[in-house]
Amino acid sequence: MNAAALPEARAGARVGWPVVLLAVLALAFLAHISVGAKTVPLFTVVEALVDPVDGEFDHIIIWSLRLPRAVAAVMVGAGLAVAGALMQGVTRNPLAEPGLLGLLYGASFAVVVTVGFFGLAAPSWIPLIAAVGALAAAALVWLIAAHAGGGSTPITLILSGAAVTALLAALVTLVNLLDEQTFEELRVWLTGTLAGRGVETLLWAAPWMLAGLVVALGAARQVTALSMGDETAVGLGVDVARLRLLILFAVVALTAGAVAIAGPMGFVGLVVPHMARMIFGHDYRLIVPTSAFCGAIFLLVADIVARMALAPIEISTGIVTALVGGPVFVWLVRTRL
Amino acid sequence: MAIDDDLTYQCTPQSGSSAANVGLIAEGVSAGYNGTAIVKTFDFAAHAGELTALIGPNGSGKSTALKAMARVLPVLAGKVSVGDLDVHRAHSRTVAQSLALLPQGPIAPEGLTVRELVAQGRFPYQTLLRQWSANDAAAVDVAMNAADVSQFADRRVSDLSGGQRQRCWIAMVLAQDTPVLLLDEPTTFLDLKVQVDLMQLLQDTAREDQRTIVVVLHDLNVAAAFADRLVMMKDGRVVADGAVADVFVAARLADVFGLEARVISDPESGRPVCIPVARS
Repeated sequence: MNAAALPEARAGARVGWPVVLLAVLALAFLAHISVGAKTVPLFTVVEALVDPVDGEFDHIIIWSLRLPRAVAAVMVGAGLAVAGALMQGVTRNPLAEPGLLGLLYGASFAVVVTVGFFGLAAPSWIPLIAAVGALAAAALVWLIAAHAGGGSTPITLILSGAAVTALLAALVTLVNLLDEQTFEELRVWLTGTLAGRGVETLLWAAPWMLAGLVVALGAARQVTALSMGDETAVGLGVDVARLRLLILFAVVALTAGAVAIAGPMGFVGLVVPHMARMIFGHDYRLIVPTSAFCGAIFLLVADIVARMALAPIEISTGIVTALVGGPVFVWLVRTRL
Repeated sequence: MAIDDDLTYQCTPQSGSSAANVGLIAEGVSAGYNGTAIVKTFDFAAHAGELTALIGPNGSGKSTALKAMARVLPVLAGKVSVGDLDVHRAHSRTVAQSLALLPQGPIAPEGLTVRELVAQGRFPYQTLLRQWSANDAAAVDVAMNAADVSQFADRRVSDLSGGQRQRCWIAMVLAQDTPVLLLDEPTTFLDLKVQVDLMQLLQDTAREDQRTIVVVLHDLNVAAAFADRLVMMKDGRVVADGAVADVFVAARLADVFGLEARVISDPESGRPVCIPVARS
């Protein structure tokens, strides 16, 4: 192997990746819209998107039901994957992700309580409520881990995240007992689902997720430096405290947007960044954008499986992501800790 | 600013030199953890073209002093400066263009190649808009050649031996292209031969590039063999500071380290060597 030729080959791969990922994303997106209770041919999907005809039945299904669901999958998948990548880089913990560190359930609990008790179900408020819940859960998990014997290690963080998640799940069940009627509507949402998302929900979640993504892309270079240790990062000129705050904001905003749309969709933030790292290396300038792409593709495919596997019965998408995520979690524990 | 940098680079090495020759100055620095000072009124100066070793027993505060000078720790009192630059007040990225740090036990992210690791040293020169320049590429090549890691350029850092990996980290801080370099126990846990090679690399770098290099060392004989100046610490204070032959004497080793040892002189280099005395 010619050593001098290698960097150029790598550079070539870097120029090529957006094209490849974009192509795969487009394909998964169209396939996602095409499948369902009634399979619509890919050609009709493209026709409906490019040149919709009023009153055409397939076109109505696509625009009113399938397109919003596909867009939701892209947003939630990309958002959770980027949040997971950032958390893994900043904490140097391969298991860090919104679900395992309690943020998903913190956000969900906050939403359940406000919707259940205060009847505040306007899509405009949900992302903010989810953000407050995610932030509070993150703070609680961190506090418990920091006061554990031996301080905040990858293991204590995960255990503390599991404990907080279990506590919040119990509280959600309690809310359920108190008010079964309202809760019925939230039951499916709480398993992580992309079904029945209104366009309004997507529009209100979009600015949160866009802000989180922009911060993530801007800070990606510094995350690479921080992943080499706090002291190394300081030596290179990173303002570590400021960077941690920025990343916390990005993670909370992305998680809140994703929860507002799809509930606690587990394991996306764990599986996808590791996948991206295996393909694209360790530089967060690449990991952040490629995680976004891979996360969107991953959730589109998972949602196709969720609708096809036991058709005509539909499985919650969160169950599919958990079925993939569980083994990956075990593999990471065995190889990376 | 640029003129000061040139002066620092060009002046010749000589101990007890004039102010223009000074690379790094700490004045009355107190620093520690949770508000408790471990290093107390630490006065220190390191000069361009010299390898200065900070030595002292465990808990003497030598690593704490280095961390305070590298702004990893805030100072409770006093000031650290490189030329006109106040290390603790200036913008961190600006400081990183004048002062590089190799901490103890840095983490090489899994899968990172040597070239990618060394390229991280260019961080302080990059912005969101100006990501990578020909200057950066040249600095990385020069640093990899100097640290003799060019032959590993495209291998993963995690696949290398401890000594090779440490050379990669040194290449990273060399690529940062700063007049001042601080290294915290860079030779700990390495074989003697590897330690000697690393120290030779640091000594050559200080002399040939006219850089100011400060290194915290654990091994007294390695320090005595390679340093141009020794600064000895005990209980958070500097107790001796000067040329190796003046500082490295048996009476002081007994006083500072509680070490019973003979200090003899290497007949070839004239450098002192300490030999622990066994009770028989």
